[in-house]
Amino acid sequence: MTALNFGDDMAITDPSGPATGPLTTADGKPLVKALARSQARLRRKAFFLVLPLLAFVLITFVVPIGQMLQRSFYNDGFSANMPLTSAWFAQTERGTVPDDAAWQALALDLQASAEARNIGTVGTRVNYDMPGTRSLFTSTGRKVRRGIDPPYQQTLLEIDDEWADPQLWSTMREASKPYTANFYLASVDRTRDAEGNIEQVDERQRVYVMLFWRTFWLSGLITALTFVLGFPIAHLLATLPMRKSNLLMILVLLPFWTSLLVRTTSWMVLLQQQGVINDLLVWIGIIPDGQRWQMIYNQTGTIIAMTHILLPFMILPLYSVMRTINPSYVRAARSLGATSWTAFRRIYFPQTLPGLGAGAMLVFILAVGYYITPALVGGSSGQLISNMIAQHMTGTLNWSIAAALAALLLGAVLALYWLYDRLVGVDNLKLG
Amino acid sequence: MAVPSYATPLERIWHYAYVAICVAIFFFLIAPIIVIIPLSFNAEPYFTFTEKMRSFDPEGYSLRWYDSLLTFGMQAPDAVRDTSWWADAWANAKWVKAAKNSIIIGVCSTIVATSLGTLAALGLSRPEMPFRRAIMAILISPMIVPLIITATGMFFFYSNPCELLTIFGFSPQCGRLAGTYVGVILAHATLGIPFVIITVTATLVGFDQSLNRAAASLGANPRVTFFRVTMPLILPGVVSGALFAFVTSFDEVVAVLFIAGPDQQTIPRQMWNGIREQISPAILAVATLLVIFSIALLTTVELLRRRSERIRGLSPQ
Amino acid sequence: MKTTLIMSTALAGIAFGAAAQEVNVVSWGGAYETSQVEAYNKPFTEETGIKVTMIAADNPATPLRAQVEARNVSGDVFDVEVSDAIRLCDEGALVEIDPAMLPAAPDGTPAIDDFVEGALLDCAVANIVWGTVISYNTTKFEDNPPTSAVDFFDTETFPGKRGLPKNPKRTLYLALIADGVAAADVYDVLDTDEGVQRAFDKLDTIKNDVVWWEAGAQPVQLLADGEVSMTTAYNGRIFDAMVGENQPFEVIWDGQYMDLDMFVIPVDAPNPEEAMEYLKFATDTQRLADQAQYISYGPARKSSAELVGMYKDGTTEMAPHMPTAPANLESAVLDNPEFWADHSAQLTERFNSWLANS
Repeated sequence: MTALNFGDDMAITDPSGPATGPLTTADGKPLVKALARSQARLRRKAFFLVLPLLAFVLITFVVPIGQMLQRSFYNDGFSANMPLTSAWFAQTERGTVPDDAAWQALALDLQASAEARNIGTVGTRVNYDMPGTRSLFTSTGRKVRRGIDPPYQQTLLEIDDEWADPQLWSTMREASKPYTANFYLASVDRTRDAEGNIEQVDERQRVYVMLFWRTFWLSGLITALTFVLGFPIAHLLATLPMRKSNLLMILVLLPFWTSLLVRTTSWMVLLQQQGVINDLLVWIGIIPDGQRWQMIYNQTGTIIAMTHILLPFMILPLYSVMRTINPSYVRAARSLGATSWTAFRRIYFPQTLPGLGAGAMLVFILAVGYYITPALVGGSSGQLISNMIAQHMTGTLNWSIAAALAALLLGAVLALYWLYDRLVGVDNLKLG
Repeated sequence: MAVPSYATPLERIWHYAYVAICVAIFFFLIAPIIVIIPLSFNAEPYFTFTEKMRSFDPEGYSLRWYDSLLTFGMQAPDAVRDTSWWADAWANAKWVKAAKNSIIIGVCSTIVATSLGTLAALGLSRPEMPFRRAIMAILISPMIVPLIITATGMFFFYSNPCELLTIFGFSPQCGRLAGTYVGVILAHATLGIPFVIITVTATLVGFDQSLNRAAASLGANPRVTFFRVTMPLILPGVVSGALFAFVTSFDEVVAVLFIAGPDQQTIPRQMWNGIREQISPAILAVATLLVIFSIALLTTVELLRRRSERIRGLSPQ
Repeated sequence: MKTTLIMSTALAGIAFGAAAQEVNVVSWGGAYETSQVEAYNKPFTEETGIKVTMIAADNPATPLRAQVEARNVSGDVFDVEVSDAIRLCDEGALVEIDPAMLPAAPDGTPAIDDFVEGALLDCAVANIVWGTVISYNTTKFEDNPPTSAVDFFDTETFPGKRGLPKNPKRTLYLALIADGVAAADVYDVLDTDEGVQRAFDKLDTIKNDVVWWEAGAQPVQLLADGEVSMTTAYNGRIFDAMVGENQPFEVIWDGQYMDLDMFVIPVDAPNPEEAMEYLKFATDTQRLADQAQYISYGPARKSSAELVGMYKDGTTEMAPHMPTAPANLESAVLDNPEFWADHSAQLTERFNSWLANS
């Protein structure tokens, strides 16, 4: 296996450069070689310790995701079930007007596919690229299941004249190739017209680009909020004596250790119209009973709950950096005449930047992929792109578009992760 | 942190404002978790403090929601509470079943994640480890990749694990992992691994490799060295990594939603159902129990961390 | 080492010991699930020894399709709507069911004549008739209660949030009714692009006041919590809350949407024989009648109708609460399964985009 080669690839070069005479070990081998060999052995040993886990993660995690993403560019729903029509498309140029052979292929394929009860799959595939056509396939299928007679063109057009639509034929041509980039086009609200040119989809159906922007904008906002709330806390914890700060730290760690669903439920209890906060506001007299605030089942709900849930991920890295900041720098600045604000801005704050960067990136990365909390408290305006992926996975069952959206989201997250590794280093990740 | 004596009046005001802000933020952090505890004793099926609760009337409080955790799903919940009633609850109550599942899946996935993860962490902290950074990044990635993506990938893979082999030209028939305990356990182990790696490698940062060499030079074989020298030193890290892995599994719902079958409904899955359907205060009763559970875990981890720092001589300044 | 051994043995016992006969039924959760557990599952287990596991879904047709397409079927019997049953049958996802296998009525009438019209399909057997109705919280409208679908869309006169299901099937018809379309014409209008646009335009007027629900138990909860003042909901759930839990709810039957619920068995079901047993048992005359004493859904067999009497409390007459009661049928929209079998995918897509663009 390739594993064995890793050691040799990395063989060290002789550090001492050309020497007068090669040093040798007791049994007469050159020392450099013996050293290299023992190094290689150590490397192999280290690698073998990691190998089981690496293999495990590759098989249970990396490969499944890769397999899933394959669906974003591969779909044989049409080509596998409509072989004659697919063959006709393969032989002709784009834009060819369907001839008798084409109509015959289509009719026979439809009949066979309806009989085999997979016409739904075919219709679904075409429907992905041209919404509204699924029913054309299933309803025609129901009528031709028992058999279809020539003239095929006339028969099909009598069942539904939509079969003559050039856009439909163009879409079927696209669908006849199992490999396609159309799902990626769809996931950025683009489609192909009858000539195969890329264009924006109908305004009423544009949704994904908006959702991506919303996801990034809300994640950014939540990151900013966690910073605003997390910074004073981290600062307080870092400057208090250890004994006191350890005690207060529990208040940060308890939410961190508490179940996500528990925290989400709490917010539902607090934020709903007859919930604790609204009750309190009415009781104090800030708002009349009839005008309770809508703080849940919308974006507000998503923002509040996610800020609360992700706050510890900001506080912990900030805290661990602030702990190491020497307080005498600020004192020195003060003694040199800086106001407390200047000392904070010019001396203290710049030193917290590594912690801030680490915390902000972690919170942002986690927020971009959030699913559970928006699903429960987000209503419709607080849904993120993950919820759309889930919707396509379990609701509309358009797995190809789900995979394409997932690929785009994953790309963004991995880019951020790579950046995080560059700037912070994954081995500097700390928990509690 | 007292106000320094040279502070201006404005700075004093700012200082007190700052303390007030911190108190408010701590309140924001902790209040949502605390508020559900009294509500779980509500005698009424609402999520607000009723008149009777506010006046501390004992009638406003009851244990009915805790009781419902036992009776929900039972064959004969209204029977006399003798041994057969308890047997019924143990066998059929949905929350009891969910708790059993959560524990089975949590323990097994923790064992897998911790054993493989500790081994890998040992390799990763050796200075000779090749491609350390890249491999580390791969092993941590289950924590970073959005769960919905992980779960959908696993859904397809576990539905038909042999499909993978078709790439190599084989087309064997084999069962599925989705809807089995093994499937959920493997999925949760994968999700728990990053936590084990992070905590154990952090423990190993202060680990003095010469201790191993010393043991070897005194005649201990690698196995003895590992169990008698290395293990006791990294144990606190391993245990807290294991706890993290356990909590990850215990709290996980997305992968369960996608790959678990009807027999593997866990507590979070049951909560998810409850929250979306009939959010009765029974959910709050479960939540309260889970909060108590997390307090216990938190305490354990804290104690372990201190012990680890003491052993390694890294005790705080 | 010893403890590990004991533990793993114990685990194996718990985890893999359950090889007894079982059947997994996927249904809609909440009060409806309770009625099925009481009326079907408990007597079924008692009689056959087959264990029944209930699994709740927002709409069981979705997990069914996902499971069949991923070749990972874990449910044996699914409770789905007619349009989904037709569609899934077309796609080859369901086992065909021969009506001759179903038990005859007590008087000997064969099943095929005993079931109401449309209750027996190639791959499905109906169990209940149910309605989607508007319901409101009486404490919110004490002097001037709403009476119609038009009032549902009138947030000026009848303030408060509205609950609506997150799907086109049970929202578009209501918008059209409220916009003045007669119940009988709803599907003629919906079949045109202008009609669909008209429905969405009407929905736009209250879009900002809607709390969307997905599971059948949610609207009841929203209404009870005061989160919404008016909502549509499955009539049985409202009945359960009104009569079973004394909630201050009232039902508006104007513009009810009447539908059948079908039992289907997916291909590759893990326990096909037990599934068929269950299906036969649960749709016999007595079981369908029993079901109606737990929730106000009408039995799909004519012979069950006369056996329906009182609610389980012994004092509430079920008949006036049934979606099939003549008074409740006056302006009912009857489900058009063929329309939805053909248009559901397209309209769902349109609906989701409309919803997300808020």
